[in-house]
Amino acid sequence: MLNKLSLIESLDGLRSKKFTSEQLVQACLDQIQKFNPKLNAFLAINEKALDEAKKADVSKSLGGIPIAVKDNFLTIGLPTTASSKVLEGYMPQYESTVTTKLKEAGAIIIGKTNMDAWAHGSSTETSDFGATLNPWDTGHLPGGSSGGSAAAVAADMCIAAIGSETAGSIRQPAAWCGVTGFKPTYGRVSRYGVIAMASSTDSPGPLAKSVGDCAIITQVIAGHDPYDATSSPSSVPNLAPSTKHLTPLRIGLAKEYLVGQSRPAVLEAAKQFEKLGAKVEEVSLLHPKYSIGVYTIIQRSEVSSNLARYDGIRYGQDRSFFGDEAKRRIMLGTYALSSGYYDQYYTKAQKVRTLIIKDFDQAFKKFDLIIGPTSPGPALKVGASIDSPMFGELEDMLLEPSSIAGLTSISVPCGFVDGLPIGLQITGPQFAESLVLQAAHSYQQATTWHVRKPQLS
Amino acid sequence: MDVKHVAKLANLQLKPGEEDKFKKQFADTLKTVDVINELDTSQVEPTSQVTGLTNVTRKDKIDASRIIKKGIIKRGDYFKVPSLFNAQ
Amino acid sequence: MSWQTVLGFEVHIELGTNTKMFCACPADHFGKAPNTQVCPVCLGLPGALPVPNATAIEWCIKLGLSLGCEVNLFSKFDRKNYFYPDLPKGYQISQYDIPFCKDGQLLGHKITRVHLEEDTGKLQHQASETLIDFNRSGVPLVEVVTEADFADSTDSDRFLKELQQIVRTLGISTADMEKGSMRLEANISIRHPGDPLPNYKIEVKNVNSFRFIKKAIDFEVARQTQIRQAGQIPVQETRGFKEASGETVSQRVKEEANDYRYFPEPDIPPLEFTKEQIEIWRRELPELPAQVRQELISKYQLSPHYAVIISADPNMLAEFMKNPVKPTADALVNKRPVQTTAFIPVDKKIVEKILVANPRAVEDLKAGKQQALFFLIGQIKKQVGNVDVTLTQKLINEIL
Repeated sequence: MLNKLSLIESLDGLRSKKFTSEQLVQACLDQIQKFNPKLNAFLAINEKALDEAKKADVSKSLGGIPIAVKDNFLTIGLPTTASSKVLEGYMPQYESTVTTKLKEAGAIIIGKTNMDAWAHGSSTETSDFGATLNPWDTGHLPGGSSGGSAAAVAADMCIAAIGSETAGSIRQPAAWCGVTGFKPTYGRVSRYGVIAMASSTDSPGPLAKSVGDCAIITQVIAGHDPYDATSSPSSVPNLAPSTKHLTPLRIGLAKEYLVGQSRPAVLEAAKQFEKLGAKVEEVSLLHPKYSIGVYTIIQRSEVSSNLARYDGIRYGQDRSFFGDEAKRRIMLGTYALSSGYYDQYYTKAQKVRTLIIKDFDQAFKKFDLIIGPTSPGPALKVGASIDSPMFGELEDMLLEPSSIAGLTSISVPCGFVDGLPIGLQITGPQFAESLVLQAAHSYQQATTWHVRKPQLS
Repeated sequence: MDVKHVAKLANLQLKPGEEDKFKKQFADTLKTVDVINELDTSQVEPTSQVTGLTNVTRKDKIDASRIIKKGIIKRGDYFKVPSLFNAQ
Repeated sequence: MSWQTVLGFEVHIELGTNTKMFCACPADHFGKAPNTQVCPVCLGLPGALPVPNATAIEWCIKLGLSLGCEVNLFSKFDRKNYFYPDLPKGYQISQYDIPFCKDGQLLGHKITRVHLEEDTGKLQHQASETLIDFNRSGVPLVEVVTEADFADSTDSDRFLKELQQIVRTLGISTADMEKGSMRLEANISIRHPGDPLPNYKIEVKNVNSFRFIKKAIDFEVARQTQIRQAGQIPVQETRGFKEASGETVSQRVKEEANDYRYFPEPDIPPLEFTKEQIEIWRRELPELPAQVRQELISKYQLSPHYAVIISADPNMLAEFMKNPVKPTADALVNKRPVQTTAFIPVDKKIVEKILVANPRAVEDLKAGKQQALFFLIGQIKKQVGNVDVTLTQKLINEIL
């Protein structure tokens, strides 16, 4: 059962020659074969994965590790569709910066994972190639839009996975599937070769079995990219969390975020942080309902423009292949940018965005980190998102503020409700990746929520 | 909202029934969005990017390594669409 | 009652940079096999991102400075959204509310703005299908917008030729109309003097020579006058020009008002310039045609007519400067062989003396201003007589 190993355990095993990359990849492929028909986490499998494993250089930072990649990252030789019929069968002409870096670090891309079509959603139910189901209970959704990646990690179909966030698309499925999902600061990881959703908030990041695993992957994929003008030129520090205790960290517990079924587990987690030596106090932030408004306008506006290139002339199918959700987002964004409405919607949203950033700036003067629930509650039932245009916004309302402000944040498992996992988000200022990872790692050292695995059948 | 006009601007075809369905859904969504008008932004500058970066440019040097040579287009071929102007 | 022409221009100039505006593909697309200079960025592939060309930005601003514009110290790119098969991303990266340059003037005409954007692909219409070549997609394009303050086609002809000459002097584009590296779009309407601007305008585009745009404007003014005399208003539309008949013809009736849904390009951080940077660029500008003409008139006593002809042609100007006297100008303008007269040998000591006496010109020369060289040679000629310019130039260079 090598596929159940974490990334750190896998690297140890490979390097001490307890097993080979081929065996590790085979174990994952077996698991995929067994459970993918049920979970639909993968859209494509890399047929050459075993060949690549034979040649793996395990001395590299991700040498020989099978990693699943969300289907909005362009990968040469593997179809890339963003789960949309518009791009069905599309074979990329170039490789995304993130997957280039993964490959250079020795990782093996084991396959491409399902997602909400164009990353529009928080359920993976809007995929044009069928919903992904939650490994903890197949009657429930995995969350999204990186739902395939989250389910693949939770079901041990890979050692770790790559996802992308525009507002919660890594953290929310991580929470619903009981895995760890990390959103680096906007600009920390290159967007080159990632099918754009909302350009001003898109942030690639890892989903994995522990904080330590996430840190290793982020170390590989982060850094300046001359092909992405918004990528940060500042150097990436060593992100590996240490075993040291949290010294006098000041943690704000987001008062307005303490809603729903997640509340008790999050309050418990806050106590845990106090035990670890942090000072936890309630902090009042702008109500998340404003972020829903801001995010809805900005994201749809950018979507309307980003999806304009899909006209079927140079590649892919024509625009009649867009699903309902994409159509709705394109049209609403078109409306928000159109003459006569631009100031009322777009400019207003950009101004409130400034207020949200200032609100966080204020909070981070008093606190090093802010914690709260990742999602108001555990995974919802299959079908919950159908014909609910604001499903994503409501499920991600606690994640949108940090995305709008471009902050770094992680979701770690912190409890269960009715047998379904609950996530805790830990958010820091821009470029505070080390601090966020360190705090989350200390929490995982003191708890066991993240090592629990679903019973698959 | 004039859904038909917006669909035209967005280069999308509406299927029968979609105009009414979307119209209602858009109205609901915009109602949720409208809460942002509760906040006074008269003294606030808009934010379109969060990186704080400026003047990110590239040297004017040719890099032919990214030129596309296969796949969606064969060397020297045209992309084609049905005629835009007939017999012009 | 008489009619008055309301005439303004949008001029597009393709920059002669090595690479495209937002990617490192070669920008020189003329005569290349179709779709052989395209990459993920200029072909609008999924996930590709634009990174702006520093030289294109510098050249756009230098053109603006040459046109007496003010430079916006804070600027940005915006997306202009519309669908057309030659536009691979479904939007053009352009500049909307904050162009790099604004409020200039040239030959007494107001320049509204000078901004930078990217070119589209090229369409070739055939009977059953339209062919698309994206080699031109993403080539840097400067747009110069004027006020509608031209009296007639003679007035605009002078202006457009001057603009072309400035662009060529700057060396930022061949500004070749036939090859499309300089493209003119005239906005034409007519009104009674003193009336407000008319509520329609006709765009005439795709005209590939100065002669034809002049003809097109004249034709269009006459056509519109006829329509308005009859008490009607011309249909607002874009018109092309038929060379054979000398007429403008309707290209397409504008569908409803365009709604380009501009918004700030999220993929490109904004641009900020210091006053110092702008001053450096301003100092780097070469002598512009107007300055050259002025010097030909004041320093070499040429008539304005001769000054215009000689300054307009770099070869003629260089030839004139070899022996800058009126007989040379006569010969050049009348296309006669330039008379060679025996040169008077020049003494190195005299050259040294002149250089010492003109420290500013020496400084300018060291800064690369060719005009200073001509000035110094002129001074030497005043003292010595008709000297060999090439030899004298060599001597000056040796001494410096």
